[in-house]
Amino acid sequence: MYLSRDEEAIYRGDRGETLRRMMEILVALGDIYGAERLVPVRSVQIAGVSYKNIGDAGLEWISDLEGQVVVPSILNPAGMDLFRYKEMGISEEFASKQRETIEAYRRLGVIIDCTCTPYQIYDSLAERGDHLAWSESSAVCYANSVIGARTNREGGPSALAAALIGKTALYGYHLDHNRQPSHVIEAKAELEGSDYGALGFLVGKEVGDGVPLFRLRSSPTKDELKALGAAMAASGSVALYYVDGVTPKPPEPTANYDGCERISIEWEEIEAVYDEHGGDDADIVALGCPHCSGEELERIADLLAGQKVKKEMWVCTARKIKDACPDLVARIESSGARVFCDTCMVVSPATEGFEKMMVNSGKALVYLPGLGGVDATFGSLEECIDVALGRKRS
Amino acid sequence: MREISCHKVASGFASGPSLATKMAISFLGNIDPRTGMVVDPGHELYGESISGKVLIFPGGKGSTVGSYVIYQLKKRDLAPAAMINLRSEPIVAVGAIISGIPLVDRVPSDILQLKNGTCIEVDSDRELIRILP
Repeated sequence: MYLSRDEEAIYRGDRGETLRRMMEILVALGDIYGAERLVPVRSVQIAGVSYKNIGDAGLEWISDLEGQVVVPSILNPAGMDLFRYKEMGISEEFASKQRETIEAYRRLGVIIDCTCTPYQIYDSLAERGDHLAWSESSAVCYANSVIGARTNREGGPSALAAALIGKTALYGYHLDHNRQPSHVIEAKAELEGSDYGALGFLVGKEVGDGVPLFRLRSSPTKDELKALGAAMAASGSVALYYVDGVTPKPPEPTANYDGCERISIEWEEIEAVYDEHGGDDADIVALGCPHCSGEELERIADLLAGQKVKKEMWVCTARKIKDACPDLVARIESSGARVFCDTCMVVSPATEGFEKMMVNSGKALVYLPGLGGVDATFGSLEECIDVALGRKRS
Repeated sequence: MREISCHKVASGFASGPSLATKMAISFLGNIDPRTGMVVDPGHELYGESISGKVLIFPGGKGSTVGSYVIYQLKKRDLAPAAMINLRSEPIVAVGAIISGIPLVDRVPSDILQLKNGTCIEVDSDRELIRILP
């Protein structure tokens, strides 16, 4: 791989041991994936934040690093709400390790926002055509597909390397030839809300790490695109997709995408996702996977409208979004539901304390059963709130 | 003495007795970070300790948390002395780099048949492996 004179000097260790190892990570990954060179990144989103995932080893590694990030860098969700962890049932021991992890990142100059939806809180992190080094799978999918930026799915150390060096190796989704569609998906139904999560749940399993191009009868909102990508990144490992007429186009758009595999999805298949994960017997309802936008919080507040929940109910969002709409949060919490920040039901160990969780997210539906025996049921936002209020699904 | 050329992934120089397997290794799950033992009964190296060895395997697999497991082993002096892959992938590559363990790849596949306990030197910066008599 070609290195500039400056990059070569860092690789040799002229600017210290931390940067030398960081450059070694970028070069090793570049060699593995056949990158020709490094490319500057506009922003970084760092994985390896939840203490549940990184443990003492990860915490020690982060704490041992020296230096400062050189591009705007923010964090994936942590294992708990950084302030209201007690209400989640998180132990003091875990909380103290989680706080240490966050402090280690703060020391490196990382912006302490722990969210899977950085694009909902900062417009300045990514624009069309930008190269990024983002980590969280749904954020990667959104950045590549909806924003039209370019990022691979980074692991914790490679994202931190990109943050400290300001560059990443030029391979994978940074290159046009890896951004062409591999599948054309025809959805033969009008879809809305959680239907997009169900669609993504089905399509991710079919296409794996492919690049699906959707032809839809309805026009998804940004929140619906967020849900679609998140589900495909979980049930498959989709990092880029297209929706004809909605998202930015592939590098070389064609009329028919003749070389692509064709899949058609009927309404009955979407309906089957709800039916196979039905039931009103969840002991908790959890919304906000990926993190709720302001619009979604408003919809939840409207649906709850002065009623009291009969079950535990969590609404997960980014702290900046919660802070920006205190009235909505107050309306939601007056029902007895709780708005948690910095974390979500997929990454927090608090989820393991429940038996069955109802979600409106295709992504959470994929991950929950793997978390210490937590069953998942799936419904629309309206159905989730019905169940939380102790009513039968409408 | 036989010399084999290789490709540097993580820098450094180390030597030790070889431990080879034809199976990929998932550091998260296959290896106990508190003991350095292979604890997966389904693995060819089940019951072996990887500590201080020159660990030879085709490549890594599994969760990216495996990188941190390698770091944890190193912090407890339980890590392999060096590692040799046919083809390194990101989990082991990143784990070796953050831990300062020499790692090389792009070697002939017959190295996987090397008798365990053979003394080997890995000189990553010179991209050379020496199999000592």
